[in-house]
Amino acid sequence: MDWLLDADSTAHKLALMVVAVLAFVVVMGVILFAVDKPKRVPTWLVVAGFVGPALLLVTIGLVYPALNTLWLSLKSPDGSSFVGLDNYQQVFTSDNLQLVLRNTVLWVVLVPLISTAFGLIYAYLVDRTRFESLAKALIFLPMAISGVAAGLIWRFVYEYRPDQPGIEQIGLLNQLLVWLGLEPYQFLLHQPWNTFFLIVVMIWINAGFAMTVLSASIKAISDDIVEAARLDGASSFQMFRSVTVPSIRPALVVVLTTVAISTLKVFDIVYVMTGGQFGTSVVASEFYSQSFRQFNQGLGAALAVLLFVLVIPIIVYNVRQMRLAEEVR
Amino acid sequence: MSGQTDTSRVVTNPTGEIESRPRKLSRAEKRAIAAKNRLSSPAASVIALLIAALWTVPTLGLLITSFRVESDIQTDGWWNAFARPLFTGYNYVSALETGLGDNFVNTLVITIPAVVIPITLALLAAYAFAWIPFRGRELLFVAVFALQVVPLQVTLIPLLSLYVDLGIDGSFWTVWLSHTMFGLPLAIFLLHNFMKDVPASLVEAARMDGAGHVTVFFKVLLPLLVPAIAAFGVFQFLWVWNDLLIALTFAGGDATPLTSAIADLAGTRNNAWYLLAPGAFLAMAVPLAVFLGLQRFFVRGLLAGSVKG
Repeated sequence: MDWLLDADSTAHKLALMVVAVLAFVVVMGVILFAVDKPKRVPTWLVVAGFVGPALLLVTIGLVYPALNTLWLSLKSPDGSSFVGLDNYQQVFTSDNLQLVLRNTVLWVVLVPLISTAFGLIYAYLVDRTRFESLAKALIFLPMAISGVAAGLIWRFVYEYRPDQPGIEQIGLLNQLLVWLGLEPYQFLLHQPWNTFFLIVVMIWINAGFAMTVLSASIKAISDDIVEAARLDGASSFQMFRSVTVPSIRPALVVVLTTVAISTLKVFDIVYVMTGGQFGTSVVASEFYSQSFRQFNQGLGAALAVLLFVLVIPIIVYNVRQMRLAEEVR
Repeated sequence: MSGQTDTSRVVTNPTGEIESRPRKLSRAEKRAIAAKNRLSSPAASVIALLIAALWTVPTLGLLITSFRVESDIQTDGWWNAFARPLFTGYNYVSALETGLGDNFVNTLVITIPAVVIPITLALLAAYAFAWIPFRGRELLFVAVFALQVVPLQVTLIPLLSLYVDLGIDGSFWTVWLSHTMFGLPLAIFLLHNFMKDVPASLVEAARMDGAGHVTVFFKVLLPLLVPAIAAFGVFQFLWVWNDLLIALTFAGGDATPLTSAIADLAGTRNNAWYLLAPGAFLAMAVPLAVFLGLQRFFVRGLLAGSVKG
């Protein structure tokens, strides 16, 4: 048992990994072998063999914990006594948490709008130009890296050194300020602007996603429409407004909602860049610090539930729009 | 333009038909149109490239920094390296020696099972949802689909206490399990959509020959689904490799992966850029390689998975 739990050397870890995958393969193999007798095994058993493992894991890993968290959110910090809606009341009334809510609203409004607008314009601009694939790959690259790495990259851009003779700035932005004859600025320290400088990072990551999806649908616009508009003498701008944008509306909705949801859950960027200090915390990062730093489980659970509740309308809207788009086709 | 309609279908409704027959034709056509319509203004190209370069400068800055001598990093900005080029790989050695080498192994050990296991389970479940008729199938499928709504945060504390009760907290098992559970709803949904698009005649023909579900699954469907599996695989790979929240919550001690180790370093050694810069690139190297190598699949997984947050 210990061998399975305490892997400390590289060889041990790799061996454990192989054992885990093999054990999984064996278990699944046994299950499949057991249900692979078409005539003698009833259908429900076959279904259980195929769906059962996944359903079991999803129930243990998502359904049960979600219900449990709902319950925890009605209890005191250590989970010992029942406090009703006190935690929720605290979320909406305490000064600190109101700041968190305000920040979250800023993130969820600004990141999707700006990323999508940028992605759309860029996809339109770069469409059918030379170097299209290179330019797109460079914008898309941040999508592949972690929020931790992105956070570090940008913390370095914002790096501040005190404005003293003999000390040079090592962060690019502050060096630019100095070159322009201005004083260096503590980008991550000064409220409320620091939140905007964090938002920039999320936009930097998501613009590539928006561009990729939108570019694919711009290319899918029927040439007949484009040709007809051109014959009618539409200018570039008219073309963009009256042909491109309406044609890719479903994709725009998908991009906006997808980015909104991932922004709502953003945690790693804030965690790495400011740790949620200096008034930059958002719901997802506040959840972490309440639950695991300040051991206020009730409040943490209430924040998690809030996150859950906020995601739902966005997804419902998204699914509805998808349905509509499918009907049209 | 059949190829182009395909792309639009992927955006709203993922299908496995991208590789279908008319593709070659449409590509040639596309090129012809592109040649005809190539934006007359080279200005657009120049602006687009400039923005792309601007987008890359922050990353480039940290990359150059990661190869500068420690004293140079402390003295002035990375742009001075163009005037005084003096580079070293020593920062990477120091970063590995502070323990990031072990963390790299941990990330690898976490990622491989956390990609293989959910994909396998999801394939089986998706097969049943697509090709085995049973009572309550639609309802169950919608329920699984709806679980995508659940944010990770909601599940962490109950799961953690569950792991503690089982006595497996802090081990690799908790991380594998968690990533598997969280990845399943999207994986089942996507693979189901791909699987549904396999022509029914193929499946029925195999059944006529007396093949059971297991045989149909392995012999008929699996080979057709390789592109879909690759698409979701890349997606899940990047998600697991880059994850911080699950890592911080579940993987402690000897199982700590790169992301949480670097995040920790960023908190405790605030200005140690000679460690943070190579650390960030150790974490980025593999996803970037996967991204550059499998971009086609990644984009496809992304287009198909647009529903997920």
